[in-house]
Amino acid sequence: MKPVAFEYERPRTIDAALEHLATAPNAKILAGGQTLGPMLNLRLVQPDLLIDITRIPELVSVSDEGDALKIGACVTHASIEDARVEDHANGYLRRVASGIAYRAVRTRGTLGGSLSHADPAADWLSALLVLKAELEITGLHGSRRVGLKKFVRGAMETDLSPEELLIAVHVPRSEKTARHGYYKICRKTGEFADAIGAVSFNPGSGGFCLVAAGGSEQPVTFESPENLFSQGDPLDPDSFDMPMAMDALREAGMEADDYELQVRAVAMSRAMQDAMSP
Amino acid sequence: MKKDGIGARLIRKEDDRHMRGRGQFVGDIRPAGMQEAAFVRSPVAHARITAIKFPDSLKGHVFSISDLKGVHPITAVSALPGFKRSSQPVLADKKVRHVGEMIAMCIAPSRAEAEDMVAQVEVEFDELPAVYDMLKARDAETALVHEEWGDNIFLETLVDDDMKAVEKSAAVKVTREFNTSRQCMCPIEGRGVVAEWDSRLEQLTVHSSTQMPHIVRSGLAECLDMDHGAIRVVAPDVGGGFGFKGILLPEEVCLAWAAMQLGHPVRWLEDRRENLTASANCREHHYVVTAYADNEGKLLGLDAEATVDSGAYSAYPFSACLEAAQVASILPGVYDFPHYRCHTFSASTNKPPILPYRGVARTGVCFAMELMIDAVARELGMEPTDVRMKNLVQPEQMPFDNITNKHFDSGDYPEALRRAIKAIDLKTIRKRQKKAESDGRKIGVGFAVYCEQAAHGTSIYAGWGIPMVPGHEQANMRLTPDGGLEIRIGAHSHGQGHETTMSQVAHEILGIAHDKIKLVHGDTAYTPYSTGTWGSRCMVMSGGAVAEACDQLAERAKAIAAKMLQCKPGEVELKDGCAVGPTGELTIEEIAYIWYRKPQNLPTDVNPSGLEVIAGYKPERDSGTFSYAAHAALTAVDTLTGEVEILDYVVVEDGGVLVNPMIVDGQLYGGAAQGIGTALYEEMPFDTEAQPLASTLSDYLLPGPTEVPSMRLFHMETPSPYTRFGVKGIAEGGAIAPPAAITNAINDALAPLGVELTISPVTPRRIVEAIASADAKKDAAA
Repeated sequence: MKPVAFEYERPRTIDAALEHLATAPNAKILAGGQTLGPMLNLRLVQPDLLIDITRIPELVSVSDEGDALKIGACVTHASIEDARVEDHANGYLRRVASGIAYRAVRTRGTLGGSLSHADPAADWLSALLVLKAELEITGLHGSRRVGLKKFVRGAMETDLSPEELLIAVHVPRSEKTARHGYYKICRKTGEFADAIGAVSFNPGSGGFCLVAAGGSEQPVTFESPENLFSQGDPLDPDSFDMPMAMDALREAGMEADDYELQVRAVAMSRAMQDAMSP
Repeated sequence: MKKDGIGARLIRKEDDRHMRGRGQFVGDIRPAGMQEAAFVRSPVAHARITAIKFPDSLKGHVFSISDLKGVHPITAVSALPGFKRSSQPVLADKKVRHVGEMIAMCIAPSRAEAEDMVAQVEVEFDELPAVYDMLKARDAETALVHEEWGDNIFLETLVDDDMKAVEKSAAVKVTREFNTSRQCMCPIEGRGVVAEWDSRLEQLTVHSSTQMPHIVRSGLAECLDMDHGAIRVVAPDVGGGFGFKGILLPEEVCLAWAAMQLGHPVRWLEDRRENLTASANCREHHYVVTAYADNEGKLLGLDAEATVDSGAYSAYPFSACLEAAQVASILPGVYDFPHYRCHTFSASTNKPPILPYRGVARTGVCFAMELMIDAVARELGMEPTDVRMKNLVQPEQMPFDNITNKHFDSGDYPEALRRAIKAIDLKTIRKRQKKAESDGRKIGVGFAVYCEQAAHGTSIYAGWGIPMVPGHEQANMRLTPDGGLEIRIGAHSHGQGHETTMSQVAHEILGIAHDKIKLVHGDTAYTPYSTGTWGSRCMVMSGGAVAEACDQLAERAKAIAAKMLQCKPGEVELKDGCAVGPTGELTIEEIAYIWYRKPQNLPTDVNPSGLEVIAGYKPERDSGTFSYAAHAALTAVDTLTGEVEILDYVVVEDGGVLVNPMIVDGQLYGGAAQGIGTALYEEMPFDTEAQPLASTLSDYLLPGPTEVPSMRLFHMETPSPYTRFGVKGIAEGGAIAPPAAITNAINDALAPLGVELTISPVTPRRIVEAIASADAKKDAAA
């Protein structure tokens, strides 16, 4: 399990990285390497060039933009877990970060790497979908911003073109009354999730987003509690209706068998409970 | 007993180098000029090879079976009647029989370059239907793994009995079908081989991560037509074996051939992908068992059919039939009942050859038998521990010859169970179960009792007639001129701590300080012949041989001391490293110094044999020691997600006299962790083309630190009447009972829902689906 021979570059600026991307047709971006490393060793990817972007200062910086926090793509999960990055989502970002795989992965793995890989079983994708995060993408021909939901085209498929680089994630600032919940079901600590439920809503001002994910299917997003709660207060976790939720997942096109649908509905339900717990 | 002798919780001597990363494993060995090997492995399970093609530029770097002229295939026959022989070419010869089978060997300066070569080798196949299921393998119409056999059965055995009378008289008859999934042993260090030719000594040296260097030497000599003397096998530090390294590897033969042909050293290190896809080789059993019992839970008879998926070839030296034949002889477990019938099949399939994994057949057998006990208890509405108590062999029956003639040497099985019941606190759990848990989970308690035959020798293995039969175990021992002690044994340590425990035995007898005792092992050039480290045999066998050698050495030392002290040897006593006579005393250092450095001071009629001995040992009876244990598990099951948490785990173990209880604790913890893997996580699924589906550790789940609970261990110490110091082998036990205890606990939790699981591992999916199908049944009935 050794990779094929490849060249290695570690540019110091975004422009230099983009130039390498433009000139080497078979290049791969290396950030934390937590997915790319094994894929290289298994020869599932066989690049001519690896462009290590972890030493570009802009990509590891974090800035407060008032209504949102701009987090550089190479900020690690551990930085968020350890509160080296402000958590302006009422503690939610820290909680999600601390549950990613295990510490060694969090020390190296990056926010941008996770999102550009777009594995539906990974944490940030679902967690940030409910927060309506936006991604900042740059290329030799300019920069653009795209919502996370639009960015993800399918399982492990994104809107990123081969010449572009994801440079930052803009996470909108949460209102103080907003509630976020997250729940993950996996066979053991450190494994990718069989089911993820992520939810964000604001009992005062309205707004609701719930995401179910897991396995190899694209995450399913619900923008309204309708069809998920059987009775009473639609935001009361106790009235979350499992059979309804399973039907809703099926209707949303999630291709999964009964067991998979059941655990994903459970994850949704427990994410609701998590959001409502004090 | 001495403070640092038998029974001391001594820190292991090995720990210092391992904790500092100074151990030396095969991967640390790099002789000058070494090149690396990578293998072209079969991507298909069953096919004829029609062509092997590679670019001309790779000539001299890529080798297939046509290059390995004169190299014999590996054959491991058993003398059991009806056994069919398989021939395993070291590189595939015309046909491949499992995914991962080696087809060609590529040699390059680095592993990455060798893998580049692998990518350039093209193999054309004529694919054959794959035999992917051991039960289907038994059908007449299925494809044949070995055409010349006419079927797919390595061996069929029958322990017969007339069950008719029992069938009539029994109050209850309970039948269950059990499956244990195929697993892959995953020692933290994979296999590895470095082979080199020494032209001065005209000797092939093979460094291998093996449990049995002497057996590997014999196997290499047979495959390569070489004298044993022309081969030296060295096992350096070995990072876990568990049976995975108790084998002659085709890779060892290939690398030995390459080193001799190419004139430079060659190394191969197994990677995790090879480990998982080419070597999923253990645990896959299928049982149909019927138990007969009276109204009070007393077993009247057991009727079983067992099939073991033995894979494509018979591995050297344990053979393809050890597992299934063992099933027949050990299924009755720790219980005493009058009628027993067992029909076994060792089926050949297109999967890697089966190897004996820690516990060997016992893990599957314990699963089948202990789940049967719980099934009988449920049928009778009894507490499962009460059914166990009714049927366990009683202490006053010891030593006891059971229904399959296993000779249980000593112990109090019911007492172990009583202590486990008390430790887990069965009464309180039963009360707690009457109320709902606040988190909505269901809790359940499960037990499993087993005994473990260890250090079984000639009389047992001669019957199997496999390539390796253990005889007397030997130790070589030398006092050095400065009064130090060198011990040489032919068994090897791959984590057992022999450097410490053998030292404890020697210290107990000779009183020499531990820092002056050195164990030399793992090298055929320096150590006496041994079948190696397997079957929980080393403490009994090598420990016994070391004790015997110490006794002989003590006599020699005393004789020299008597000459110096001018008394009779019988008047000299060895005490704390001193030979004490009526007129004075001499330390062992002084005796050694005089013998080696001042022989002029010795009288002329001194015994010329000196201070080096080789001594052999076998217990009074070589039918094996029987350690035993009762395990108890308390689990909580999330019925919505199928997740299982082990809330409490208790082990009450009797391993006879313990030489180093701390090492025993480590063995139990490690074994139980593997047992938890079997119970809840580990499974190598194969599809209908016999493709292994878990090719990385994110698909093949191993329990990690967060999945293994803090276990509570309790020891009993009933000495074996047959061994030196009363020791018994205990190394495998931890891995035997957890699948049974944990599954019984899960079934106890889910019994109110009408759910009973009979397959390992018990995964969340299996639990959720079993609950759903029980619900569907209830709905249909309503």
